[in-house]
Amino acid sequence: MESEFAVYFDELGTPLAIATLIGSLFLLAAFGLALVRIIKGPTAFDRIVALDLIGGICLCAMIFFAVHFDQQVLMDAAFAIALVSFIGTVAFARYLGGGEQ
Amino acid sequence: MSWIVGLLLITGAFFAFVAALGVNRLPDFYMRMHAATKAGAFGASLLLVASAIHFGSMRAVITALLIIGFFYLTTPIAAQTLAQVAYRKKVPLWDKTGRDQLAEDEKED
Repeated sequence: MESEFAVYFDELGTPLAIATLIGSLFLLAAFGLALVRIIKGPTAFDRIVALDLIGGICLCAMIFFAVHFDQQVLMDAAFAIALVSFIGTVAFARYLGGGEQ
Repeated sequence: MSWIVGLLLITGAFFAFVAALGVNRLPDFYMRMHAATKAGAFGASLLLVASAIHFGSMRAVITALLIIGFFYLTTPIAAQTLAQVAYRKKVPLWDKTGRDQLAEDEKED
């Protein structure tokens, strides 16, 4: 347990670690802003757009995890997120269209 | 090499942040959608390039290219479907919008 933390502290000054920290702060702020739009969005369409953006932010966060923990498998998870996010958005749009087309 | 990866990571996350800022601040549904799709896709593709450089293996490069291609193919489709439905359902435009060309075209027909 202690040794794992020691490894992280050793890597704390490297450019990659600093970039990961700053980038995750940006992603966290983006997540919060999109969440505010979901809460107060006037129409359902605004909420769906914000939800789609949150899917994209989750993809970005997954890539950050992949780079930070050196786990290449997480890029496949990012691919799955991209797929599901697209299908979800289109399904929501068709549902709100009411099947008129 | 890690400098390039770090720079790409920060830039990509910044573009994701700009997309979220646009979704939060712009006055109109259509403008919000424009911000979310364009800047979001660009930020994600920058991050994928960063991860491809970081891992440096063939598998990572192929996965990254696949995700970028898929993202740039599907994001416009989702946005167009959503905007079409929203326009048919008469989601209001911003009151300072200059002209609504689709409405003008439909009036001419």
